Amino acid sequence: MENNILDLLLFPEFILSVGAIAILLIGLFTTKKTFSSTSNLSVILLIVVGIIIYINKNISFAYFNTFFKESSFILFFQILVVIGSIASIIISSNYYKDIKLLRFEIPVLILFSTLGMLVLIGSNNLMSMYLGIELQSLALYVLAAIRRDSLQSAESGIKFFVLGALSSGILLYGCSLIYGFTGSTNFNDIFTSISSLDNLNLGIIFGLVFILVGLAFKVSAVPFHMWTPDVYEGAPTAVTAFFAIVPKVSAVALIYRFCLEPFGDFYKEWSQIIIFLSIGSMFLGSIAAIAQTSIKRLLAYSSIGHIGYILIGLASTNAAGIKGAVIYVLIYVLMNIAIFTIILSLKIKDNYVEKINDLSGLSKDKPVFSICIAITMLSMAGIPPFAGFFGKFYIFIAALEAELFYLAILGVLFSVVSAFYYLRIIKIMYFDDLKIPNYQTNISSKASLILFFSILTITMFIFYPSLIINIGSDISIEFFNN
Amino acid sequence: MITFVVFLPLVGFIYCAFLGKLFGDRNSQLVTNILLFVSAILSWIIFLRYLGPTETSTLQILNWMMSGTFSADWSLRVDALTATMLIVVTTVSACVHLYSIGYMNKDKSISRFMGYLSLFTFFMLMLVTSDNLLQMFFGWEGVGLTSYLLIGFWHHKESANKAAIKAFIVNRVGDFGFILGIAGIFFIFGSVQFDIIFDTASNYKDHTFSFLSFNLSTINTLCFLLFLGAMGKSAQLGLHTWLPDAMEGPTPVSALIHAATMVTAGVFMVARMSPLFEYAQFTNLFITFIGATTAIITASIALTQNDIKKVIAYSTCSQLGYMFFAAGLGAYNASIFHLTTHGFFKALLFLSAGSVIHAMHHEQDMRKMGGLFSKIPFTGTMMWIGSLAIIGFPYFSGYYSKESILENAYFASSNMGLYAYTVGIITALLTAFYSWRLLFMTFHGTTRASNDTFHKAHESPKVMTVPLVFLSVGSIFSGIFLSDYFIGSKENDFWFVSLILSHNDHHLPFLQTLIIKLSVALGVLSAALVYFYRKELANSLAQNLSPLHSLSFNKWYVDELYNNIFTKSFFYLSSLFWKRGDVRLIDEYGPNGVSRLINISSKFLSLVQSGYLYHYAFVMLGGLVIILTWFFYY
Repeated sequence: MENNILDLLLFPEFILSVGAIAILLIGLFTTKKTFSSTSNLSVILLIVVGIIIYINKNISFAYFNTFFKESSFILFFQILVVIGSIASIIISSNYYKDIKLLRFEIPVLILFSTLGMLVLIGSNNLMSMYLGIELQSLALYVLAAIRRDSLQSAESGIKFFVLGALSSGILLYGCSLIYGFTGSTNFNDIFTSISSLDNLNLGIIFGLVFILVGLAFKVSAVPFHMWTPDVYEGAPTAVTAFFAIVPKVSAVALIYRFCLEPFGDFYKEWSQIIIFLSIGSMFLGSIAAIAQTSIKRLLAYSSIGHIGYILIGLASTNAAGIKGAVIYVLIYVLMNIAIFTIILSLKIKDNYVEKINDLSGLSKDKPVFSICIAITMLSMAGIPPFAGFFGKFYIFIAALEAELFYLAILGVLFSVVSAFYYLRIIKIMYFDDLKIPNYQTNISSKASLILFFSILTITMFIFYPSLIINIGSDISIEFFNN
Repeated sequence: MITFVVFLPLVGFIYCAFLGKLFGDRNSQLVTNILLFVSAILSWIIFLRYLGPTETSTLQILNWMMSGTFSADWSLRVDALTATMLIVVTTVSACVHLYSIGYMNKDKSISRFMGYLSLFTFFMLMLVTSDNLLQMFFGWEGVGLTSYLLIGFWHHKESANKAAIKAFIVNRVGDFGFILGIAGIFFIFGSVQFDIIFDTASNYKDHTFSFLSFNLSTINTLCFLLFLGAMGKSAQLGLHTWLPDAMEGPTPVSALIHAATMVTAGVFMVARMSPLFEYAQFTNLFITFIGATTAIITASIALTQNDIKKVIAYSTCSQLGYMFFAAGLGAYNASIFHLTTHGFFKALLFLSAGSVIHAMHHEQDMRKMGGLFSKIPFTGTMMWIGSLAIIGFPYFSGYYSKESILENAYFASSNMGLYAYTVGIITALLTAFYSWRLLFMTFHGTTRASNDTFHKAHESPKVMTVPLVFLSVGSIFSGIFLSDYFIGSKENDFWFVSLILSHNDHHLPFLQTLIIKLSVALGVLSAALVYFYRKELANSLAQNLSPLHSLSFNKWYVDELYNNIFTKSFFYLSSLFWKRGDVRLIDEYGPNGVSRLINISSKFLSLVQSGYLYHYAFVMLGGLVIILTWFFYY
């Protein structure tokens, strides 16, 4: 099919990359209020991109078909990534202003990172996949180290970079193995060439393992999670928020697609790895978080645990699994937006809250914030009637349908263990004594709107669950029909 | 009509539970009283209708449960037996409701009390009107529950709580037998409906089953299990210990539960199941034996008790013993007749005792009373009437019923009958003795109360004395009025199909009636001698017969026996399970162990997170190698 130039111009990745460069230039040449203007422009750009992704969902780019693909699964995750980026820019702008980290590069880096994520979510080729991953990761390395005068920030940046480079190497090695054994880098071609095989030969399996390990690093699944707590803790909180909310989503989308599309026929092989990663992540996420004293570290382990649950959906390899994963990821993003909005705006004596004990007795001073934290924590623990319960519920349904009973049972058991540290936060807020009576809040009106919206969705999900659940089932049906 | 009789008390309870707080205590009293009196009047109308031969009527309300061949309905079955129970229950209950207005007027939760009373009445009516064993069990358990609530009504008193729990637990022991009996009946008869059971009972006369290689008669076993339930409810020897303790509840409760209703449920059940018990020869012997023994032992305990309510409570046990041995001998009509008259005069005695207690400002110890007749002549008269009725003074109600029971025992012409007869006469003597002891110690002689209390003693308000009048009328005249129908010439017409009647047209020889009357007179006179004319005799008797006295005074040590055998061993066992089993084993290796393990592993995992880059890279590569190795050898 021929493409006219207009369609090419409306390609969302194209708009995003041009826009990001333009904003970079604007940031370079303006002198006043650079940060706020670039971040506002970035938000507008992202909104535009999000809309275009949604409008252009039916346009197929034959020329790029070997590199990219369109499906409602991809569409959903791309929009989710864009929304996550928008939210993380908005909720963090006050924080950056407050700690005088007014670098206009931050929103630009977020834009480039988002671009990388859009590419990798939509990629249909090992090359474009690697390109997307690298684009995303490079921006993230810089973001982690953006606070150059802070030793912690620099350290976390370096760690992330070195380990990320290691994982990229592993991934690339896997790509080369796959290419070597199948003769193609295109997902469709890989699928056709291996579908004639009865068993995967060791070379392809090794390639698969190497790529999955690289992707597992991106989603921070155990045992490739080691960077997560350190980077979460070391990076400025606003960057951590971005790390927690967005890149995980794109990596989850990619790992789902990579397993189910080119290697869909050989799920017996990769599901062993996924189950191993899943159990390991749930175990570590629930157990290791208990001993943590820092909120950010705790959230790091919590996100590792959540990844474990999301991977159950992949291990079930059925439509219910896709549906569960879609619902779970959406709720996961909402919960993280809510909790990070609060962390980014709650201060004690000019310092942002870092330790869990900083929250003690918060309910007496800031009842609204406490109830928001409490709702988010209950939701993360998966306690009904909050949305988090439904995320876990549909994931476990998928596992039961796939007859992975032990996985569902382990999941429930670990979620009981993890409930401990979520509930402990609530206990500290509500039942411990108020130690520092002067909590301050620093929340912009836009951020509070986002907080309100996410809390509302978490709380009200039970009254109108079909809205999101239908999206999930539509996506899963389409995913398995193609 | 029967629907109203049964459900009006429930309406009263619902009102008290949900609206009682809203409209105040006075309205609760008013509503429950009106409903109860309406219910009582309606039951009298029903009763009068059943004086002639009337078919059993069954009103099905709705199906309760249906499971395979098992089916149970909610339905109201009325026959002569039920009608009799209806008047006893509703009349006494109405009197108690009215009386409670006066007795409880200073209590803090009047609404709750009235609600419980009504609820209790409802359950009791449910029990007597059921047409299957399961609904009966519902009423049975409901009665148990509400008796727990009522006995422990003053829950700020520790002794009341203990007594309530004791009543509940002892009843559970009996209920265990009862429910086994129900299950067994369903197993054998395939139904819990009375009609089906009664119609097919004769088929199973010689049916046996094998249990632990013993060949047991089925009907005997089933009846024995049912009787265990009856023993618990009706406080028969062995399971009687809860009844005296239950006197911790407010006095109206004692009158309602322990005179007319709950304790008679066991007797009622045996009478209701009479077509079945008829075939259970051995169990009947057992019932007779237990009944007679209970009668004499509890009467002997009543001789020495000092608490006015405990004397009456033991006397209740003793009278229930009469009813059971009559039932055991097959004289169900005499048994129910005694139940009816006893309901009236025992309620009268309890409420009069309550009136005395009220006058004495909640003093229950008879040693601190005496000479009260001059202060509260009305209550005294009522107590006299009740006592005359209970000892069987001619033409009072108790005379007819007790005489007929003894008559049946005399003509039973068996060893057990003779035993029951002898015991019955001795018990009549003892009854006369402790009744008059109570009267003399409370109302006559010089007072032993402190001056202050004695002078302040006053007659109870009208609202408390009017029910006494009702009950005294019942105590005096119910015998004359009902004897023809219950045991006399019209018994066949009256009972019709509801009871199995044993026909004997004999009358006690004159000599025997003389013996009975003389023994009663002897009891009264000796009580008069010991407690009125020669007071020092009481102490010297107690000293001279000290083993007997302490045996009686300490209630034959049954409580102590149970305490040592059951309670202590159970406490030992449960503390063994608790400390060793639960804490050391389950908690240690279960929740506590797991949480400790999680804590340790959490700390360990934090240590792994060392912060060194090469450690992290090592873990990553290690993970990769593990997965690869797995696939390599898989």
